[in-house]
Amino acid sequence: MSGRTPDAKAADTGLKAWLTTRDHKRIGIMFLVATTAAMALGGVFALLLRLELLMPGETIVDPMTYNRLFTLHGVTMVWLFMIPVIPSGFGNYLLPIMIGARDVAFPRLNLASFYIYLVGAAITLAGMYFGAADTGWTFYVPYSTTSAAALVPVLLGVFTLGWSSVLTGINFIATVHTMRTEGLGWMRMPLFVWTVYGTSIIQVLVTPVLGMALMLIGFDRLLDWGIFDPARGGDPVLYQHLFWFYSHPAVYIMILPAMGVISDVVCAFARKNPFSYEAIVWSTMGITFVGLLTWGHHMFTAGMSTFGAGAFGILSMLVAIFSAIKVFTWVGTLYKGSIALDTPLLYVLAFLFLFIFGGMTGVAVATTSLDVHWHDTYFVVAHFHFIMVGGTISAFLAALHYWLPKLSGRRYPERLGRLGAAGVFVGFNLTFVPQFLLGNRGMPRRYFDYPPAMHTLNAISTVGSWVLGASMLFIASYLLRSLLRGEPAGDNPWGAAGFEWRTSSPPPVHNWTGEPPFERGAYDYTEGSPALEGARDE
Amino acid sequence: MSDLLRQLLMLPDPASEAAREIDVLHFVVLGTTLVGFLAVACVTAWWLWRYRRRGDRPTERVTGSRRLELSIGGALLTLFVGWWVVGFLQYLDLQDAPEGAEEIYVTGKQWMWKFAWPSGRAVVGVLPVPVDRDVRLVLTSRDVVHSFFVPALRMKQDALPGRFTRLDFRADRLGTYPVYCAEYCGQSHARMGATVVVLSAEDYADWVAGRTPATLVPLLKGREVPDVAAEGGLAAEGRRVMQRVGCLACHSLDGSPSVGPTLLGLYGSEVELQGGERVVADSDYLTRALRDPNGQIVAGYDPVMPSFEEQLSAEERVAIFEALRALGDEEAP
Repeated sequence: MSGRTPDAKAADTGLKAWLTTRDHKRIGIMFLVATTAAMALGGVFALLLRLELLMPGETIVDPMTYNRLFTLHGVTMVWLFMIPVIPSGFGNYLLPIMIGARDVAFPRLNLASFYIYLVGAAITLAGMYFGAADTGWTFYVPYSTTSAAALVPVLLGVFTLGWSSVLTGINFIATVHTMRTEGLGWMRMPLFVWTVYGTSIIQVLVTPVLGMALMLIGFDRLLDWGIFDPARGGDPVLYQHLFWFYSHPAVYIMILPAMGVISDVVCAFARKNPFSYEAIVWSTMGITFVGLLTWGHHMFTAGMSTFGAGAFGILSMLVAIFSAIKVFTWVGTLYKGSIALDTPLLYVLAFLFLFIFGGMTGVAVATTSLDVHWHDTYFVVAHFHFIMVGGTISAFLAALHYWLPKLSGRRYPERLGRLGAAGVFVGFNLTFVPQFLLGNRGMPRRYFDYPPAMHTLNAISTVGSWVLGASMLFIASYLLRSLLRGEPAGDNPWGAAGFEWRTSSPPPVHNWTGEPPFERGAYDYTEGSPALEGARDE
Repeated sequence: MSDLLRQLLMLPDPASEAAREIDVLHFVVLGTTLVGFLAVACVTAWWLWRYRRRGDRPTERVTGSRRLELSIGGALLTLFVGWWVVGFLQYLDLQDAPEGAEEIYVTGKQWMWKFAWPSGRAVVGVLPVPVDRDVRLVLTSRDVVHSFFVPALRMKQDALPGRFTRLDFRADRLGTYPVYCAEYCGQSHARMGATVVVLSAEDYADWVAGRTPATLVPLLKGREVPDVAAEGGLAAEGRRVMQRVGCLACHSLDGSPSVGPTLLGLYGSEVELQGGERVVADSDYLTRALRDPNGQIVAGYDPVMPSFEEQLSAEERVAIFEALRALGDEEAP
């Protein structure tokens, strides 16, 4: 268990010590708390949206309230939860430990990044509350430049959140480049580190473009510049290009670290080296860079050139290949393993199922002629929720269960864990499978009302959202209880070989007492692996 | 078979050959996905059972076969590129109405769709089209971005303010089909619908000529259908607009020289710009010319024309184009 550290001040547990900490572990935990709260908030908005859609016609909210709710849901889930949760939360906590460092390269900047996130989140939510923005999280012009709602506060909030993202990205890139422990070459790094590294590159490259695009909307509104105003030679489609230049890669910001979690968890529970470490690394880098060049597939029906549609279509196919390679590598890792079906692995299996369908429907919507029908319908809504909720949230829950003993030194109840995972899986499919069919029927997004013929599918979807919501509450309740009163976990309850399990759980203030013992690889479960020595018997 | 799949997948009955072809690709993509998924699921399930944990034993190190990874990746890439090729060819087909397609102007505004015919017919919310004939919708918007979506045709096209976009189709089944707005446009976005009515050739001819065929009567009930046809159609309306905003002060309609180029024979002709570049004076060029007249000046003229962008509504611009097109068919002397 946690040994005494020489740095007693840093180990202080008072409120002030937490708020002024420069310890990446504490900053990571604060990010996890804040982003999880945001997820709960975004989830409540989602439940309200689904409740309105339970019956056709105007039921619990009026159209404008509905429009504000889906805007709130999107903005909260994207910028307050999914973008920061795994990189800034788990990444912060684990990345330095996984490379044998004692902190990130710029600890003060790291804390600043957290406060900028808080300020950005406060401005965004307050701005939404008082300004009643109703543009959707996409802020499409000219609706956003002419809408009567006060949009500038929200734009400012998201702009601020972008800074947090960029600073964390820079910090992680510098950390990975300069702070790996002696002998930890690039090709020995844990796969989670690779994905957080790739994510950081994307964050630093594309977030400023979002910042600029949102600023231009602000200038159009406040100073009447007319950059996107067609009446003065401006071009609304230009905004769409700028927005998706960020927001498509942002999908990879959300899913890449999730893939890193899956890679690490699957190895730990199969007790095997990854089927091909190199394939995962290169596909991570492939997604990072090719993912920057696919944004136009959001605009096939926006009046873009035919050549553009073709080019963006085929580049999207290429990104899909990298994802497919990862799927095969994860499944291959099970081969000749020693597999325990604990909760984190159940989430990996859920991830695999949902990601195959999410990914393949992604290929389908990137197929130009098919997209003409599906674009802006519930088919697309279901597709990206399969990736975002099915992928990112499955991975988030896998990470939460897998690393809970690392963060807290305590275990969660395994049976409740499995039950929760089953509930999430059933609830999720019940919610989103009908939405594929609704999309086929032609139900467009962002509709508070629909033809009566679409009622059954919408009702099933709403019931699914209740199952999903109840499961999330259930999981939250036993995890909170485990945090306070869970069984002590010991340093390495899983018998995992990952570097982060070679220090105490939770780790001491500076992560390591003495030199990090990194001689054997992070995925080495062969004869004599130290990981297996203290492992519990099942 | 296709009909059964359509029912299972809840796809609306298709109203065009293009829609049926798109559905076939849909079935192929979905079928492949299911087969691929089942294969992965079976292998996963088998290995989960076969290699379940029995005590804390070490595992042997398995190094992936690069050849296997590359061949699986290559096979998938071939498959995906195959879909892309078929999908892109279909997409090209969708955008390619032949010469002589029936053109109908569509204007989106918060929160209705307005349709206008060169004959002067115009109506909100109901779009009669002829069966078995190519139709080209020319779309624009008066305010924000809208998207014209006809599920039965598997077609969708954004309507943008200040620009004209096109949507081409050839419906081959009589009937009525719902239209939705697919791009979020504010409060009543969910109620911004319309109905496409596919009519027989005779009924359609009647409609364009200003009569109301029996099929349309219930749909048009309570809708205002102004009969501009008596006043010379959209082209005549366009001339009146040009007279009112002052175009004719500098542009002649009879080929005589003036401050600006004559409008007779202009539409669709090739003009030489200052600097030697040559462009076709189509609706794209004319849209730019109304917005930023001095950006592309016809050779031999001075940059003196002001922008008319803010003075013209989408409907008025449509009328002007129709007038210019009528004039374009006549030869300049």
